[in-house]
Amino acid sequence: MLDDFFIRALIAGIGLAIVTGPVGCFIVWRRLAYFGETIAHSSLLGVAVAILCDVNLVLGIFFTATVVVFIVFLLERREGLPTDTILGLLAHGGLALGLVLLSFFPSVRIDLHALLFGDILAVSRQDLLVIWVGGAIALGVLCWLWTPLLLTTISSDLSRVESRKPLLSKVLFGILVAAVIAVAVKIVGVLLIVALLVIPAATARRFASVPETMAIGAALVGVVSVAGGLFASLQFDTPSGPSIVVAALVCFVLTRLPLGLFGKGNTGA
Amino acid sequence: MTSDMLIDARNIGVNLSNRWIFRHVDLAIERGKVVCVIGGNGAGKTTCVRTLLGLVNHSEGTIKRADPLSVGFVPQKLSITPILPVTIRRLAALAGKFKSGEIDEALSAVGLDELGNPSVSTLSGGEFQRLMLARAILRSPDLLVLDEPAQGVDVSGVEVLNKLILGVRDETNCGVLMISHDIELVFDIFDDVLVLIPHEFEKLRHSDTA
Ligand SMILES: Nc1ncnc2c1ncn2[C@@H]1O[C@H](COP(=O)(O)OP(=O)(O)O)[C@@H](O)[C@H]1O
Ligand SMILES: [Mg+2]
Repeated sequence: MLDDFFIRALIAGIGLAIVTGPVGCFIVWRRLAYFGETIAHSSLLGVAVAILCDVNLVLGIFFTATVVVFIVFLLERREGLPTDTILGLLAHGGLALGLVLLSFFPSVRIDLHALLFGDILAVSRQDLLVIWVGGAIALGVLCWLWTPLLLTTISSDLSRVESRKPLLSKVLFGILVAAVIAVAVKIVGVLLIVALLVIPAATARRFASVPETMAIGAALVGVVSVAGGLFASLQFDTPSGPSIVVAALVCFVLTRLPLGLFGKGNTGA
Repeated sequence: MTSDMLIDARNIGVNLSNRWIFRHVDLAIERGKVVCVIGGNGAGKTTCVRTLLGLVNHSEGTIKRADPLSVGFVPQKLSITPILPVTIRRLAALAGKFKSGEIDEALSAVGLDELGNPSVSTLSGGEFQRLMLARAILRSPDLLVLDEPAQGVDVSGVEVLNKLILGVRDETNCGVLMISHDIELVFDIFDDVLVLIPHEFEKLRHSDTA
């Protein structure tokens, strides 16, 4: 018999994977892995902000992450610094600032390990609601942004000439990533969230001939990884977040083995 | 502006990072006319055309555009990351809301209908340019803009491409703005031509005569 907490973990993880699959596709298409990493790292600052302002953790992280998204866009336009320099500055600056701020509150006990690696087995019913309702909204927004964002990914110039508002799509997608990460931190943690965005998308590439099938495939791979990882963690008593990521990695490696068993094999990325 | 005028630029110039990319350019594009922008590498052709399209802000002069103005644009280079899977029909369909039959028609107009629906990454340079042209004409534009469409296309391919462009012009009476680094490639199709000389050369020329 499966325990309640395990069922909740499974439902939470599956809900998350369905969203991180398609969002992760745009992360890899637009080369935003380090951008995602930056948003994730800055969530520690978000935790500090949430405690300082006495607001809900997810809200605190989302608010801080959105501010960081705007700082990235402004610095890119104004300062003429290379993007990865800006991201390195903000990712580690945000992480360090968060840790320093938190040290001013010795009375507040925070579980740093859970923040860094996630604590999916401690998911509450309320968390489930946040994940599934938030996830549905996130997917809705992504569907609405889909065509303009896809065209902007292929060519910003084309997108502008064809009145698709590329800047607006980019900013909205940045906020969407901030929201997804804010919800995901509790589940897989600051250090592992980008894995859940990148690995399923990279795995699904092999089987897809159009963007839409890759997005659906990434969601499926994510769901399989979450289920596989959680059952493995139960079986072998390993930490849940890392187990999920390892399961995703196993999926990726399996589909890349030169067995000729999978897919067309001619679409290699 | 007359009703046939699509873009009318007077004495425009673009200054980027404190350097004039080009100056003193006058250019008028009318319906049914083919205008070519000629110049060597780095002469500022791409910047000039992007300015006319409103993708770059001009630092001096005035640009009037017909309103509304629908543009079919074929950019100079388009590199699609290999991790993004896309077939030729999916790429064409990104041009807007079109029925499957309309996409068939545009693809057959450029001779890509026999190909089926392969991944875009498998196309040759000329096939890719024709796909981008199909995508542009699908939008039934008032103005067709092509940035060096002949790049990576062999001589017979250039002839095919030029014929296609003239065919579209004849059929829809759109204006055409086209860039080439080699005047020979467009010699038989333009009505009007703008030659861009890099600003350094121009300075040289002025100091020569002074
Ligand atoms: N954003 C920019 N900032 C500064 N210089 C630029 C920018 N874009 C283009 N240039 C410069 O403008 C010149 C003309 O470029 P371009 O318009 O691409 O020329 P062409 O298309 O004729 O080869 C080049 O020297 C290029 O380096
Ligand atoms: Mg050019």
